[in-house]
Amino acid sequence: MKALTIFDISARAMSAQQVRINAVASNLANAQTITSSAETAYRAMRPVFETEFPLRQAGSGVASVSAVDIEQSKVAPEKRYSPGHPLADPDGYIYASNVDVNEELVDMMEASRQYQNNIEVLATAKSLILKTLSVGK
Amino acid sequence: MLDQHLAPHANALSIRNKRMEILGANIANAATPNYKARDIDFSQAFQQAMGTSGNMLTTNAKHIGSLGAQGPESRYRLPLSASLDGNTVELHVEQLQFAENATRYEASLQFLSDRLRGMRTALRGE
Repeated sequence: MKALTIFDISARAMSAQQVRINAVASNLANAQTITSSAETAYRAMRPVFETEFPLRQAGSGVASVSAVDIEQSKVAPEKRYSPGHPLADPDGYIYASNVDVNEELVDMMEASRQYQNNIEVLATAKSLILKTLSVGK
Repeated sequence: MLDQHLAPHANALSIRNKRMEILGANIANAATPNYKARDIDFSQAFQQAMGTSGNMLTTNAKHIGSLGAQGPESRYRLPLSASLDGNTVELHVEQLQFAENATRYEASLQFLSDRLRGMRTALRGE
């Protein structure tokens, strides 16, 4: 990877947080999804973040972040006895998604705060660069 | 002579810029498992840049310069309380340092600008 500027660092971090917010949106949208088997039940998604070190700046401390993978939650889907439900299996059970709405909301808040932090870094860097350009005028 | 007149502030700006990148990287990695926050020691980096300490002279092509010649050295920050996922970024610390660094960058910029203005006034002789 080529050398990273502060704009690249913040932009990549913002993309990573964006992936996280998308995952939260998808999880929340599917919080009430019901299926007729444990295998097809919706499982909450979580992005995995990893530090990105640019090759030429190794050891300098400059690094960005990217969402390298999306993992599915290993919590078992909720099994509910509801024989009257149209999706119930032969034994009368339905399977609800394993999304924990509280956890998702907390995650969403954290992602949004960190997105804001990166915007703040970007705005500060931009204003300093603009001031530097007009030195001596 | 001109170089000497401007060098301290020019060097300070370049180190502040480097430090801003590193602190920006820390903030970017606030949620990355196992990321260790880094920082550079400004006064040490400044002395190195001004050639008042650390740098070994290279008088022959086969000499290997000291590491300091490649730019300021970054070190790991000692966290007050590291999180369970191995991440040592403490957002409040990073934000504080970032704000301080930005302010000091602006101060250096102002000093540099004033020196340039002073020279221009001297040249014009008004």
